[in-house]
Order: sequence, then C-alpha cells, then structure tokens
Amino acid sequence: MDFLNAIIALLNFVVVPAVAYGSQLALGALGVTLIYGILRFSNFAHGDTMAFGAMITVLFTWLFQSWGISLGPLPTALLALPIGILGCMALLLATDRVVYRFYREQKAKPVILVIVSLGVTFILNGLVRFIIGPDDQRFADGERFIVSARTFKELTGLREGLAIKTTQGITVITAVVVVALLFWFLNRTRTGKSMRAYSDNEDLALLSGINPERVVMITWLIVAGLATIAGVLYGLDKSFKPFTYFQLLLPIFASAIVGGLGNPIGAIAGGFVIAFSEVTVTYAWKKVLTYLMPEGLEPDGLVQLLSTDYKLAVSFLILLIVLLFKPTGLFKGKAV
Amino acid sequence: MSTEPYSDRGNRDLSLGNPAGMGTAHAVAKGGKAFVASGGPFLIGEAMTGGYGAGPDILHDCTIAVDRGEIAVIVGPNGAGKSTGMKAVFGMLNLRAGHVRLDGEDITALTPQARVAKGMGFVPQTSNIFTSMTVEENLEMGAFIRTDDIRPTMEQIYDLFPILREKRAQAAGELSGGQRQQVAVGRALMTKPKVLMLDEPTAGVSPIVMDELFDRIIEVARTGIPILMVEQNARQALEIADKGYVLVQGRNAYSGTGKELLADPEVRKSFLGG
Repeated sequence: MDFLNAIIALLNFVVVPAVAYGSQLALGALGVTLIYGILRFSNFAHGDTMAFGAMITVLFTWLFQSWGISLGPLPTALLALPIGILGCMALLLATDRVVYRFYREQKAKPVILVIVSLGVTFILNGLVRFIIGPDDQRFADGERFIVSARTFKELTGLREGLAIKTTQGITVITAVVVVALLFWFLNRTRTGKSMRAYSDNEDLALLSGINPERVVMITWLIVAGLATIAGVLYGLDKSFKPFTYFQLLLPIFASAIVGGLGNPIGAIAGGFVIAFSEVTVTYAWKKVLTYLMPEGLEPDGLVQLLSTDYKLAVSFLILLIVLLFKPTGLFKGKAV
Repeated sequence: MSTEPYSDRGNRDLSLGNPAGMGTAHAVAKGGKAFVASGGPFLIGEAMTGGYGAGPDILHDCTIAVDRGEIAVIVGPNGAGKSTGMKAVFGMLNLRAGHVRLDGEDITALTPQARVAKGMGFVPQTSNIFTSMTVEENLEMGAFIRTDDIRPTMEQIYDLFPILREKRAQAAGELSGGQRQQVAVGRALMTKPKVLMLDEPTAGVSPIVMDELFDRIIEVARTGIPILMVEQNARQALEIADKGYVLVQGRNAYSGTGKELLADPEVRKSFLGG
C-alpha cells in the first residue's frame, strides 16, 4: 500500500506536471529549432512572440467571456486560440517585412540576425506590456480538473490523491496533435519538403525553382502557430505574465540545444529532459521517501535539492553539461 | 578589422547561427520580365560583364553559347571564371553588362526560379545535392515546379542511372562521389529541361566513373537536350564537344569547334599539356 501511495505521490507531484511542462517546452523548442534550421539564426524573440500570441488570445478570451460565450467544461481560451494565432502570424510577417528581410537581402551572417532578434525582443516586450500590462493575468475557465485528488482518493481508497488538471490534459493532447501534424507536413507534403530542401542547401533550392521568400513566409506562419499554442498552453497551466515568457527563453533554448539544434525530434526530447530535470530537482521528496523508507529512517528535512527559485539554474546547468560533453545534442543536430 | 559590414566576424558559434547551406548566390531580384529577342543560338550569355555582389568584375565581355542538339564545353585554367560564367547565365549573379537569351527570349532580368520555369537545368560544381534528403526526395525537389505526374520522368532517370533506383530511400549524403553526381544530374533532369548546364560533373570521381558519366551525358545529349558544360578534363571533354570555349581571366581566349581547339597549337600548348 505504501509503495502504491509513493507511486501516486510521484505521479501527482512530478510526472504529471513535468509531462505538461515538457510539452509546453517542446512546442516552444520546435519553433526555435525551425527558425534555426530554416532561417539559420537563434531567435531570441521567441519567448516574447509566445507572449504576444498568448496576449491576443487572452484579450479575445475576455471578450468572449464578457459576451457569455464559453466552451462548457473546456477553457474559452481554446476558442480564442485561432484568433491569437492569426494575430501572431500578422505580427511575425510584419516583423519579417520590416526588419529581417533587409538583412536577408544583404546576406547578413546569422550572428547579426541573432542580435537583430534581440532588438525585436525588446520591442515586443514593450509592446505586450504596453497593451496588457506587466501583471499576472488569469484567463482559464471551465472545469478545473479531469480527475481531482478527492475523487481519486474516494475511488481508490488510497491515502494519496492524483489530480490531473484540465489544462494539463489539454496541453498534452494538443502537443501530440500539433507535433504529429508538423512531422507529417515536413516529411510528406511538397511544401514541407521544400522547406527541408531550403534548410539543407539554399542555392540548390533556388536552382530547383523553390521560391525562398515563400519558404521563409511559411516558416514564420508555422512558428507563429507553434509559439501561440505553446504560450497559451503555458498561460492556461500557470498564468499569463509577460516577464515569465521572457524567462522561458532559457529552458526553451536549453531544450532545443540539448535535443540537438535544428532537429525537430531533438526539440521534443529536449523539452521533456529539461522539464523532468527541473521538476525532480526542485521537488521536495520527503513525502515519497516517507512511504518508501523503512520506519524510523524517514527523512527529517524536505529532501529538496534546490529551491524552486533556482529552477532556471537547472536548465542552465544541463545546457552547460551538454555543450561540454555532447555538443551536437542527444539527437544529432548541428554541431554547436 | 574588416570593412565589410556583414562579414564573417563572430560567426563561428553554431549555437547562435546555422551558416551551413546558407545561400551564396547574389541572385537576380524578382520583378524583371523576359522579352522577345529572336535570332542567335538556343542559349547564349552574350558579352557578359559582372561579379559577385559589389565585388570586382570576374567576367569581362564573356560570351558562351550552346545551340540545339549540341554539346558546348568551357575549359580554362583555375580562376578563369568558368563557374562564374555558368552562374551568370543562370541568374545567380547580377550582370553589369551583357544579355542572356534563351530560345528567342531575353531572360537577363529573370530570377533563377523563373529561368527554371523557362526550361533551364543547372548542376552546380559543389553542394549539388540535398545531403539530408533521400535520393527520391532529391529527385522530387528537382521536379518542384512541375504540377503534372513526375513518376514517368523519375523512372527514366532510374533507367539512366540504375544505381539510384537501388538507393532511392537512402540519404543522398551517404552516397559515393560518383553516385552523388548521378543524383545531381538526375535532379536537374527532373524538370525535363530544354537545356542542361553542368559545372564540372566529373569533379572528384575516379577515371572509370568519369568515363561512365561522360557516356551518360552523351546519352542525354542524344535525346535532344543541348548541354553547356564546364570541364577540367579538357582533352576528353573537347573530344565530345561540338563547340568549345577557352576562358582566361574572365575573357574569351579561344573558341571554335571541339576539333579545332584540339588541333590549335596555342590551345594545346597552354591548356592541354602539349
């Protein structure tokens, strides 16, 4: 019984949150890795792109809520999500037209585009705070739990409860669907293949009659979709605060690099590696250990390796270790 | 300090940028139109002068051409502008003077993509395959602009290069040098081009493979596709050429039929080793 309780506690406090967080990171890292692979630079503005898409979605969620429209048990934000994606697409295409295209025409080296994207970050940062403010915003509604801790306890008679939040369920399902669609698109469709061809060899793509500007445009559109979905899912699961999205940049980049930059499968694997490390290192293991250890040997302290305040340090540490020992990432990406 | 504002400085960190496979072509910008300009050979780059971007001119008043049913070969020492001439004909760099005409049309202002649509096929000297994609995907990308059924053309290419049929599901980057060149030529043939341009198709392959590639190229030419090609193996190439150009420092030094050039004592002494 104690063993079962330990497993449930582990699932409830570590596995379920980490899977949800990992899916959000994976979606973010996919966007980063696509831009790296096709547009050839590390897009520092990705966190704030997520914030912008999520912001549009939050605003429209509020509008729908004020109109009394809802999706029943599901969050209204899902209804506003397509509008958020469209808004984000418009933003990215406008940024590309006004900022990035100039540098592409100059054949600017990637490092210059990285710095340019940092500039875009600050602009977006300001824009989002100007529109919605720097504070925490809540926009989740609908049913809160798929399985609540109390019903689980009543159902199983165990001492530990397992809670699965609706947002966690939605996060994982959406991530699976989006990833499947993306892989199908990249590997099976003509346009997807032309994007891989462009990533492989720009000049030869040109010689094959592939229009580079079209490839760039489609990349931005897909990235807008991925970023907005990741941003909204994160916001639903936690809350929407512009600064958090800027901070998310570190775990997202860590995920992309740990998995192997430029490799979509790596981005997903990296997302889960980072999420599980962050959660396990900052989780207080006392409860689980109390169930598992023989009587009299239970730990007195919390058995928490790092305070949650340091969770960003975990991504940073993993990033360092990977760069030192396996710079191409877990799945063979570009050598870093 | 480099004076070029967009130079390579600080660009070695691959966690920031991904320069592999980045385009180097300063392609003709879109917006230009083709217009009728009848007369002359099937494909001609006439009196071309130009270089890469804002750099110095590499081609000076250089003319290369190929007519229907012919193989034209460009030879010359290293750095003579042979590859540059080919790129110029394909619109991969901006010409400061001169014209490119194809099949009675002036296409100087067309983008490379538009030239592909007009029926030009080009196999560059290096990076001429998509290494991360399978052989079959390489051929599919070759046929990117086509909207009709590409299966029959793909079968023809597999018949021309049987080894590719065997390796169709393998990543093209894993193939040997000779096989890669076959993929490269196959990719260019997928558009069913009206003219084929080859930049050193036999570079870096063994003599046996080279002979075989030459045979295949002649086979392609026999189907009626004019071929304009740059070749290092000047003697062998001129033997199969209907027309030959010797370029030196971006200028036409000698031109004539393949036989004439082979017989010319000056050409023999300077470029064919006596």
